Amino acid sequence: MIRFILGKLLYLVPTFLGVTIVAFGFVRVLPGDPVLLMAGERGISPERYEQLMQQLGYDQPIWWQYLEFLGRLFRGDLGDSLVTKSPVLGEFLTLFPATVELALCAILLATLIGIPAGVLAAVKRGSWFDQISMGTALIGYSMPIFWWGLLLIILFSGVLAWTPVSGRISLLFYFPEVTGFMLIDSLLSGQDGAFGSALAHLILPTIVLATIPLAVIARQTRSAMLEVLGEDYVRTARAKGLPWRRVVGVHALRNAMIPVVTTIGLQIGVLMAGAILTETIFSWPGIGKWMVDSIFRRDYPAVQGGLLMIAAIVMAVNLIVDLLYGLINPRIRHV
Amino acid sequence: MTGYSKLLMSVAVCLAGAGAEAKTLVYCSEGSPEGFDPAPYTAGTTFDASSRPVYNRLVEFEKGSTTVIPGLAESWEVSEDGLQYTFHLRPGVKFHTTDWFTPTRELTADDVIFSFERQGDAENPWNQYTAGISYEYFNSMDMGSLIESIEKVDDLTVRFSLTRPEAPFLANLAMDFASIMSKEYADQLEADGRMSDLNQQPVGTGPFQLVAYQQDAVIRYRSNPDYWNGQQPIDDLVFAITTDPAVRLQKLQAGECHIMPYPAPADIEAIRSDENLTLMEQPGLNVAYLAYNTQVPPFDNPQVRRALNMAMNKQAIIDAVFQGTGEAAKNPIPPTMWGYNEEIQDDTYDPEAARQMLEEAGVSDLSMKVWAMPVQRPYMPNARRTAELIQEDFAEVGVDVEIVSYEWGEYLDRSSATDRDGAVILGWTGDNGDPDNFLGVLLSCAGVGEANRAQWCNEEFTDLINQAKATSDQEERAELYRQAQVIFKEEAPWATIAHSTVFMPMSSKVQGYVMSPLGSHQFDGVDISE
Repeated sequence: MIRFILGKLLYLVPTFLGVTIVAFGFVRVLPGDPVLLMAGERGISPERYEQLMQQLGYDQPIWWQYLEFLGRLFRGDLGDSLVTKSPVLGEFLTLFPATVELALCAILLATLIGIPAGVLAAVKRGSWFDQISMGTALIGYSMPIFWWGLLLIILFSGVLAWTPVSGRISLLFYFPEVTGFMLIDSLLSGQDGAFGSALAHLILPTIVLATIPLAVIARQTRSAMLEVLGEDYVRTARAKGLPWRRVVGVHALRNAMIPVVTTIGLQIGVLMAGAILTETIFSWPGIGKWMVDSIFRRDYPAVQGGLLMIAAIVMAVNLIVDLLYGLINPRIRHV
Repeated sequence: MTGYSKLLMSVAVCLAGAGAEAKTLVYCSEGSPEGFDPAPYTAGTTFDASSRPVYNRLVEFEKGSTTVIPGLAESWEVSEDGLQYTFHLRPGVKFHTTDWFTPTRELTADDVIFSFERQGDAENPWNQYTAGISYEYFNSMDMGSLIESIEKVDDLTVRFSLTRPEAPFLANLAMDFASIMSKEYADQLEADGRMSDLNQQPVGTGPFQLVAYQQDAVIRYRSNPDYWNGQQPIDDLVFAITTDPAVRLQKLQAGECHIMPYPAPADIEAIRSDENLTLMEQPGLNVAYLAYNTQVPPFDNPQVRRALNMAMNKQAIIDAVFQGTGEAAKNPIPPTMWGYNEEIQDDTYDPEAARQMLEEAGVSDLSMKVWAMPVQRPYMPNARRTAELIQEDFAEVGVDVEIVSYEWGEYLDRSSATDRDGAVILGWTGDNGDPDNFLGVLLSCAGVGEANRAQWCNEEFTDLINQAKATSDQEERAELYRQAQVIFKEEAPWATIAHSTVFMPMSSKVQGYVMSPLGSHQFDGVDISE
């Protein structure tokens, strides 16, 4: 078991180095000179240009810049944002809890609805429930998120006025941030109605962000269940006279969960990478929105730092999923 | 009122507790500020959050116009030769008392001198208070070479000595980069080793003081109780950062914010017909143009340029590209600017006459390039579409157009080359409300190879511009600029396309908001009726 874990960990090293090369090179390859962009229509004198290039270190050869970048990385320094002039790591960590909170709520919703729906669809294969639920999943998977989110806002916040439009909590509440998770902080603040407001603000973004994972998990659960239900041991269990519910709920489901857990894990990774569209529509101050803003502003250090942090997080989540998989599925542990 | 906002209001009443209810104005802003020190930045979004609420300048722009009026300086004199500006500071101006600073003295000349020296003097310890900082406007407005020295005459008197007479200098001092900082606060930060805090925890003299900034989410301000220009009608100001214009409008309609900028053009009609909303509009201080390269034949012939101008259907561009949120431009400066020449007649749209003029000029089978920007700008929502319409228009008169584009930074760089092949679509947004900021920067001989994309060097025009710079008499300057616009129209180095309209939707409860021609959003003097 230890060797299994160590093996996985060792894989991370070259992967991470690869990511640093991609993050570094990719950003450099993008068209757009950050200094020229800062100057805008006004233009910039050649001397000023040289001066700024030197200050920002962009006049050095590329390999020198990369090594310098790696060196700082190992000291935990992701550089300073070209725009706000404050450390990139600090900005990332300030905004990350918002993304995590939303991602966790979304995956929870997706799982709570997706797995039962998938199981039911598999058990009642071919029925109207199966057709409708899988059809809905397909629609959910194909829908443009931006449009879907806007639609929900117009309907539920605009016409029906059941939910707030955007943000994490009503502007009327102002309390110090303790954990960065609005649900927790609002409870800690003790202010009346704060928790309710935080919850209300989570409803629509969670639905929007959960849509695709829900569809994926439902379909994945259904196919995994179908495969398992066709196995010999299931037929044996039924023949032994076990109640159908027990067969499905205990024996079949547990085995079907193996690929589904992997899927859920991967979906978490995807969501952590920043629900860019959802965050933009709902003005959710997370890392997805921050990354997009940084790209538009050609804020190289921020884009680079953000890319690396997100890659590190996704790798960490995937590692956990891999290990969990090994836990659930003894067969692969000894490969 | 919608159900949810009723809930909001009742919660507000409960929270306010016994006593007076705190009046909070909520502004749905379009983006996050880059920082709270206005000097290193150029984006309006940043200025709206920093220089406008928190700071003041020696002189200010009168609300709703570009006329310069007293600010922190209650009066000033300009010497005969135009080289010395002596400002008399208002006595008794207090800096903000915040969680991170308590001032022990009022505004003095030291604060003024500090605010400029930190930007201009590379030796000043504050010049590079964070690595890689550069003072964009201080440099591009050429303040470094313009200001010879700044001296303290006494605690409340400051004298600027210039290297050359330049009337727009006064307007420059009303710009955001010229915001006055607290030297006492800076000294404290320096002593504590927290210099970078100047960009996160600002201290100014302005109508509002920063309470907290939750990154990318909310900015909270409190009204400055000691503001020299009077108590604000509102108690708290909140910026709710909402980047999507459709969502901003939803928030406005739901009552979650009171006022918002930059609505989507498609929503304008809906806003107009909403009884609970007021829509303000005015032409922006900008211009979009097509600049010919006047140094490359056949565009060195003004007749050719005028002919092409007549071939362009401006109204079609306004309708298709601006969707009605713009007006056709006849002059290089917008109508909201003083010195605008009303009398000038625009080129009529007349393809027949254009064709004839081209023939007379000996031009046949002309092929040309038209450059279209890849990005959306305040003065031009869609340059590519505009170029396509121009392509069609010019084809009508026998001119073949090829549309080219580059990445924005490249576009700006390459289009300023004197041997550029083709006419370029570009524009300009005014910085200081002074006509020189348009005519001098974009069309005088000094701008060739830089911001003068037409590479146009006309001595008569440039002379007028230089004369206007040298005198402080606004009437005289306005007359000179009017003459300059006549020459511009005859020589036609550009096809002036449009001035975009700026819209400002707000709840009907908002009172006293005035649109700034310069595109900034400020909330001093704004009230909310019940």
